[in-house]
Formats: sequence, structure tokens, C-alpha cells
Amino acid sequence: MRTAMLATAPGAIERMATRRVLGAYLEEARSECLRYLRAPGFILPMTLFSTVFYLMFGVLLNHGNADAARYLLASYSTFGIIGPGLFGFGVSLAIERDGGLLTLKRALPMPPGAYLLGKMVMAMIAASIVTVLLLLIGVFLAHVVLSWGELLAMLLAGMFGVLPFCALGMFVGTLLKGQGAPGLLNLVYLPMAFLSGLWLPLSMLPRTLRQIAPIWPSYHLNQLTQAAVGMNNGSLLPHVLVLLGFTAGFLLLATRRLRRHG
Amino acid sequence: MNDSNPVVARLAAVVKRYGSLIALGGAELQLRRGELLALLGPNGAGKTSAISLLLGLIRADAGTVELFGRDPQAIEARRHIGVMLQHAELPPTLRVGELLRLTASYYPAPRGLAETAELAGIGDLLKRPYARLSGGQQRRVQFALALCGRPELLFLDEPTVGMDIDARQKLWAAIRRLLAEGCSVLLTTHYLEEAEALADRVCVMAHGRMIHEGTVDALRARVAIKRIRCLSTLPLDTVRSWPEVCEVRHEQQRMHITVGEAEAVVRRLLDADPHLRELEVQRAGLAEAFSELTRDADIAPDAQQREAA
Repeated sequence: MRTAMLATAPGAIERMATRRVLGAYLEEARSECLRYLRAPGFILPMTLFSTVFYLMFGVLLNHGNADAARYLLASYSTFGIIGPGLFGFGVSLAIERDGGLLTLKRALPMPPGAYLLGKMVMAMIAASIVTVLLLLIGVFLAHVVLSWGELLAMLLAGMFGVLPFCALGMFVGTLLKGQGAPGLLNLVYLPMAFLSGLWLPLSMLPRTLRQIAPIWPSYHLNQLTQAAVGMNNGSLLPHVLVLLGFTAGFLLLATRRLRRHG
Repeated sequence: MNDSNPVVARLAAVVKRYGSLIALGGAELQLRRGELLALLGPNGAGKTSAISLLLGLIRADAGTVELFGRDPQAIEARRHIGVMLQHAELPPTLRVGELLRLTASYYPAPRGLAETAELAGIGDLLKRPYARLSGGQQRRVQFALALCGRPELLFLDEPTVGMDIDARQKLWAAIRRLLAEGCSVLLTTHYLEEAEALADRVCVMAHGRMIHEGTVDALRARVAIKRIRCLSTLPLDTVRSWPEVCEVRHEQQRMHITVGEAEAVVRRLLDADPHLRELEVQRAGLAEAFSELTRDADIAPDAQQREAA
């Protein structure tokens, strides 16, 4: 019986070529990018928030203060980078858990991790777009003088700086389903941005707020973007480590919740 | 169905609990190659849990769950299945062709795009964004996604909800083609005519167990309940005293009578009330039939189990 069925045995183990598995990861990332870059409701608020703020405070209301333009370029970049991470992951995950797409993908033979990796790539690209827009405004409208190295450092900060916020967004996305996510994310996003000195320099905040600023991951990312434009000469390693730890922590929490509650 | 065909999906003595709620209490199911099994039952009977286990979405507390002899949570087992869920909001901004390309990429040897589109009858939709499709078209696209990986086992959960009659017939034809190729199908549906049109076997669930398994005709025979409606001045108690009558009530001036054999009761009604008007006789709907079956299951679970076994 067994040998007779061998040629046509159902579900025979058929090794999927590595190239095809990689292809599935790529397709997932490609689809994720396409679908969100085509959704103006998603991409516009994410890019407009930080660019409009920078145009107002860094260009229009800034009367030739070069340091302010430089500082604000970095801090609004931090602000802009956080958005795609928090919202790209958080909102889409909450909606897809609600709408059954995540369930379908888990039932399908999608390679493990492709789903999250796809969203990550999408967030990195969106964060890079925001960074590039802010850099263009900074260089051409606010007349911030940046070296190639500084430009590159900003782009790298944008691409990788988004990751801790992907993890945070993912965690929030596992906490609630559907349309409630944007509200909760804004409750995290806006106060955190304010409290870590992204809108006003920390030196203008009350002392207690200034002292607790390092508990926010955005504070640490801001130290990195400030360093990228030459406004922070301190050691960067502690900030990088804090962000890595933060990413790992929330990723762990989120995957645990996803595994338990789907 | 040929019993020598290999089993592609199996539940054996499966228990699944959610806290104190027992979703499945000893569920048994076997699906063979090339066979369509319709899984029927009222909401809350455990159909969703049974399917979720076979898809690897949840884990059983006890018992055996196998897809092609393997754990459904192993991706190798799921590379042979296609899935159409009842609720799945696909990315609205992606075009149909892009959705197919993505889903096909998960499988080792998927169908070509043209073949999939032809089978599911969506050749004219490939360039359209998913959000712009009608509800019925979206269901057809979801069906296409389910079969694009050249699966050996298809899970179809209420596949024709929201489809018009024409689309439903086409989907049934496509399912028959897949069955003829040797694909197996596990279908959940609320439409008895769908089960009747397609199924080799039906399996009725209630309270987390399979309470009936057999051919469609066998199921029909078990739930042969008819409903009579008419305008009549006969007192309810008179009608209730007739031996064939299960239940009588008034609803919006009409008399509603539930019976086993309609003919004898109709004859008697017409004799007793010469002014009787607007007589209608209907076979009970699937929902009623199931509530009968499951009510039986409530009353005598042991006897039912013996019969199902």
C-alpha cells in the first residue's frame, strides 16, 4: 500500500527550494510596501506631521538661527521616524487581527516571520522617505549645511531608528483590535515626543520632566539624530544599547501575546 | 467513497477547552483523498474549533490532529492546503493579480496565474484593486487564493455567502473540477443545498461532537420535518390532538403546524375546515432541521453517540 501510493502519496514531503522560500519573503515585503504606499490615508499623515512642523518652526518661524534649524531638523526627524514604526506596525496589526487577515496568513504556508519582516521593511522605507523629505527641507529651505557623512548618518538613523518603535507599535497592536489602535498610539506618540524634547528642547522643560526624559526610547533616538547632524558629541553606545534592549523587550512581549492570543 | 483512499486530514478523540467552556469534547473526523466532506452544525457547535485545529491555528488539549499524517502547525503540512476563511479582509489597495502572486509565492509548485484565474473565473478582475470589487467578486478572489497553490486539500468556510446564484453555480463547478483532480475539500456551510450539491458525506456537529455522519440523503431522512401554514378558524387544541402533529401555534393570524408527514395532516385540515385558505407546505429549513437534530442530541446524547458511531 505504502509503496503503491508513494508516487502520488498525498502531502508527500516536497522540499521547497530555498530560492522559492526567499521569494516568498520578498513577495511579502513587496506587497506590504505596495499596499501602504498606495494608501494616502496612511502615508500622508505620517509624512505631513513632521514635515509641516519643521516647515513652521524650523523655517517660517525661525529667524535665521542656524543652530535651531539644525537642532529641529534632527528632532523632527526623530519625530517623523517614530511614526511609521508605531503606526505602520500598530495600526495595521490591530486591523489585520480584527479583519481576519492575520488568521488567514497563519493558516497559509507563509514562511514564519515573513509577515513581520514585510512590515519592518515597509516601516524602514517609510521612515527613510520621511527622513529624506526633512533633509530636503533642511538643506534647501532652512539652509542647514550638511556634509555627505551627516546626510548618510541621518538616513541610517532613520532606517534603523524606526525598529524599536516597530516593536512598540507591534506590542500596542496586540493589545487591542481594529480601529481603537490609532487613538491609543497617538496617546503614546504625542506625549512621548513632547517629553523627550522633540518639539521643544529639553532645556526648556521643567526639571523633573527633563530628568525622566531618558526613560523614553524617543529620547535615545533623538540623541542619535542629534549626533548625526553634529549637535551631540557624547558617547552614542549607551543610547544604541538602550534602543536595542527596548526593541528586544517589546518584541518579546508582543510575540508572546501574539502566540497566546492570536 | 472509496475507503482505501488515503486519509488527508484527521481528528481523533480531540478535546479543546477555552477555560471552562468545552469547545470540542471528543471530536472525530476523517477526510479521504478526493472526497468532499461538508461539516454542518449550528453556531457554537465546534465547527470553527475543528477547522482551526486542522489549520494549525490552535492546539488541542487532548487527542490527535493530523494533516497528511503530520502536525498542522508544521509548515510542510500546510504547503498542501488551500484556505478560504469566512472572514478575511484582504489588503484593499492591492490588485487581484498581486494578491494571487503573493499567495502563490508561499507554495512549492503553484498554479500559473492564468490557470488560477480561469478556474476561479476571475480573469477579468486581475488588474482591479481588491477594494473596488463587489462582495461576490471578493469571495471569488478568495477562492482563487485558496486554490492557487495547487493544494491537495481545500478548506472552504462558507464559500458562497454573498454570491449570486450564477456565481455560486460557477464556484460549485470549479469545486467539482478540483475534486475530479483528486483534491479533497472540507466545506463548512449553512446552505443544505450546497452540501447536497457537492458533498460525498456530511458531518453534523453539536456541542463539540459529531452527532451524525453519512450521506446527504441519510441526513435528509433524519430531519424530515415539514411546516404547514394556513388561515384557518380551527381551534389550536383540536389540531394539537392529531397524532402526526408535533407543534401548533398562531403567528400573525396564521396557523403554523409542524409535522412529520404533511399529507395526512393536510387532508385532515381540509376536511375539518372547508373555509381554510392560503395553504402552504414547506420542508423545514436547515436551521430548523439542525435544531431538531441537536435537540435530540441534548435529550439523549448517549443514544445519538451510538448511532453516530
